Amino acid sequence: MTRINVKVDGVDHTDEVEPRMLLVHYLREQVGRTGTVVGCDTSNCGACTVHLDGRSVKSCNVLAVQADGHEVTTIEGIADGDRLHAMQQAFHDCHALQCGYCTPGMIMQSIDLLNDNPNPSEDEIRHGLEGNLCRCTGYHNIVKAVQQAAGAGVGGGGGR
Amino acid sequence: MSEPTGPTLLDPVQMGRPVGRLDGRRKVLGVAPYAVEHEAEGAAQAAMVASTVPRGRVRSIDATAARALPGVLAVLDHTNAPRVADGEDREFAPLQDDTVWFRRQPVALVVAESSEVAREAAALVAVEYDEEPAEVGLRPDSPRLYTPEKLSDGSESDTSAGDVEAALAAATHVVDETYATPYEHNNPMEPHATIATWHGEDAGLGDGPVLTLVDSTQGVHAVRSSLAPVLGIEPERLEVVAPYVGGGFGSKGAPHVNVVLAALAAKALAPRPVRLTVTRQQMFALVGYRTATIQHFRLGADADGRLTAISHDVLEQSAAIKEFVEQTGSPTRSMYAAPNRRTTHRVARLDVAIPFWMRAPGEMPGMFAHEVAMDELAHRCGLDPIELRVRNEPDVDPETGHPFGRRRLLECLRRGAERFGWEEGPRAPLSRREGDWLVGTGVASSTYPANAMPGNEATVTFEHGCYAVGIGAADIGTGSWTSLTQVTADALGVGLEQIRLGIGDTRYPSASVAGGSSGLSSWGIAITAAARAFREQHGDRPSEGASATAGMPDNPDLQEYALNSYGAHFAKVRVHADTGQIRVPRMLGVFSVGRAVNPTTLRSQFLGGMVMGLSAALFEESVRDPRFGHVVTQDLASYHVAANADVADLDAIWLDDDVETHLNPMGSRGAGEIGIVGSPAAIVNAVFDATGVRVRDLPVTADKLLAGLLPQRERDHVLGDASA
Ligand code: FES
Ligand code: FES
Repeated sequence: MTRINVKVDGVDHTDEVEPRMLLVHYLREQVGRTGTVVGCDTSNCGACTVHLDGRSVKSCNVLAVQADGHEVTTIEGIADGDRLHAMQQAFHDCHALQCGYCTPGMIMQSIDLLNDNPNPSEDEIRHGLEGNLCRCTGYHNIVKAVQQAAGAGVGGGGGR
Repeated sequence: MSEPTGPTLLDPVQMGRPVGRLDGRRKVLGVAPYAVEHEAEGAAQAAMVASTVPRGRVRSIDATAARALPGVLAVLDHTNAPRVADGEDREFAPLQDDTVWFRRQPVALVVAESSEVAREAAALVAVEYDEEPAEVGLRPDSPRLYTPEKLSDGSESDTSAGDVEAALAAATHVVDETYATPYEHNNPMEPHATIATWHGEDAGLGDGPVLTLVDSTQGVHAVRSSLAPVLGIEPERLEVVAPYVGGGFGSKGAPHVNVVLAALAAKALAPRPVRLTVTRQQMFALVGYRTATIQHFRLGADADGRLTAISHDVLEQSAAIKEFVEQTGSPTRSMYAAPNRRTTHRVARLDVAIPFWMRAPGEMPGMFAHEVAMDELAHRCGLDPIELRVRNEPDVDPETGHPFGRRRLLECLRRGAERFGWEEGPRAPLSRREGDWLVGTGVASSTYPANAMPGNEATVTFEHGCYAVGIGAADIGTGSWTSLTQVTADALGVGLEQIRLGIGDTRYPSASVAGGSSGLSSWGIAITAAARAFREQHGDRPSEGASATAGMPDNPDLQEYALNSYGAHFAKVRVHADTGQIRVPRMLGVFSVGRAVNPTTLRSQFLGGMVMGLSAALFEESVRDPRFGHVVTQDLASYHVAANADVADLDAIWLDDDVETHLNPMGSRGAGEIGIVGSPAAIVNAVFDATGVRVRDLPVTADKLLAGLLPQRERDHVLGDASA
């Protein structure tokens, strides 16, 4: 067992973990943040995407011990009380989800995309989200949602 | 004239509005619990051990090392697992004997304190086998081919009318080709998963549940009715819960072996809950897939392109452990007019995993062959592919002679042609080039039967000024939480805010599965009946607690009409002249599916289905090891599904004033599958138009085009030299 200190969604956690424990399992099993889901655990689907120090990572491809001393933000940590994050609001408004299983990872990756490129073209959005698979929606409305969020200034820092 | 007998239609007030999905907020917040996100205090984790041989017997299992691992709670195998009460369905009788039916069949189950320990221990279980020779490949000369009694849609294996051979011999134009579709896996994004809790017969709960399954399923009641007899539990005492489901596309339409294993483990560890998540890799062996098909398609036509013969002979496979027969030839029976027609199905039961429903089972592969064959015929007749379809439009259902409810295929084709900018006339392959890219367009028809499944019941209760409506239906992403609320509001004549819908739980009355594009139809029929019964019994001013329950009224129209949805798919493709790379810059679908109960969720269903069609056309293929029959492309890195950047301009529309008057009170027909039917053919036909290369086996990949593109490339080369 190894002791780690991780800030998850703004709350400090100190935990004993097995060195082989994946970050996603730490978040789900130990911290209780089950909003971050597992679609493949082989880093192909993006369902488990979270932010590590503000940059997106696939949390099935990071060990919990690698998060020691760092800050993790999950889908459950981006709303401001009752107020949805502008990206959440955009996914809601644009019907950018059906089953919703890809949604937490898709939203976290979309925020990261806009942080890098606040005004992406449609093509840049499609390529920027290529590592996040959605089996339900055909992606059309997801692209629309990211465009709406970009319009609301998410990547420019005014999106909250 | 006969009396009008169809369902009495509801007045659409809430129906037809693009109501935002009611579960949307929970889902964007990440607080909608899928199966294993449910609380389960102290749950143990299970991991499966898979067989490494395709056929034979387990000689010995040595779990000493696994049991010695700290944190391991139990290792179950056929010598010590709890017994099932009814093992007739062998998919539901795991760990009951030593028989191995296919490679990757579970032969042991480890339960441990954590998933890490469970997985490590599973790898430590040493299994020895007495292997037997296996047959794992689908071949036209397979000794295991037989004629199945029925197809999985309940129809006959073979049908025949007139004299197909004579008609083909006399035909002016003939298409006689073989088409093939690959093994495909559903791959919903949420892996199949279960939390099982065995409370026991005498847990002090009176007649409370003996077993609770929080499961990822398309039908809680289907899980109950399938597994209660297997586990020897009274159906009412098997509780199944599934409020949110991360997609299914058919694979979650019935329980699979993993659910039984979770239940057996929970019984062994009672009362401790057990979580069993099927890994993405294991999904390629345990939760169903679309069989590969080899389809011999023959069309005969006269000089004008009128069909004289349609012949569709299907070879496909099933599993030795359990039969499942894809209804590949079914749509051919009703699609186009021709006096001489036949369909046949031959199936080989191989030593492989069990195939099952995958979005539009039968219609998807069958209509791929049919619609590519039609494109080939149009080419041979020198006709516009749409005109060919116009000339072969039947007046009545060719199979049954029944009138069609409302068949608007030609309107879909015409409306689509207009919107897409379809250039009329016969296709002229290889006639458009933009730089290095060959450009082509293609069209294909689509159809899907309008289904309403029996066995639905709903309850309406007046509580605190609201109407609580319960039915054990499912929302697997289709939007039923929302659309059923709209239906219920109109059935009761109240606003959405007065409806409290309850689904996804066996505490609500019996409901059929979310499958076969039948969910909204079937559940809506029962909900409307319950609402009408409620108003009859309690009027417009019900007292607190007033309640009514009703099932599905008889609908004689179902016997008298052929009820189907229709659609037209248009695709534009670009093929790189040197590399054969294929891009699909545009797809358009035009559909006739009856009333749009919720235009937002409906459109999303169409778009998602079309992209799954694109995915099938270009990417999806489960590659089997020819020695052992297991799938080697068993993750999302090697089994490709369409990603965001594979999609471009995507559009789905539907016909106005489309109300189905024969099926249900909503006037709808169902839309979950029609997007994937025909769309692969439209893309393949567009590839032919672009390149002149006809690909008859899915998926269309660059290597299948390169040989045909070679002459073109050589021409370019020579021209390039000449102009230098
Ligand atoms: S679960 Fe991490 S990428 Fe799929
Ligand atoms: S909404 Fe179901 S996988 Fe994206």
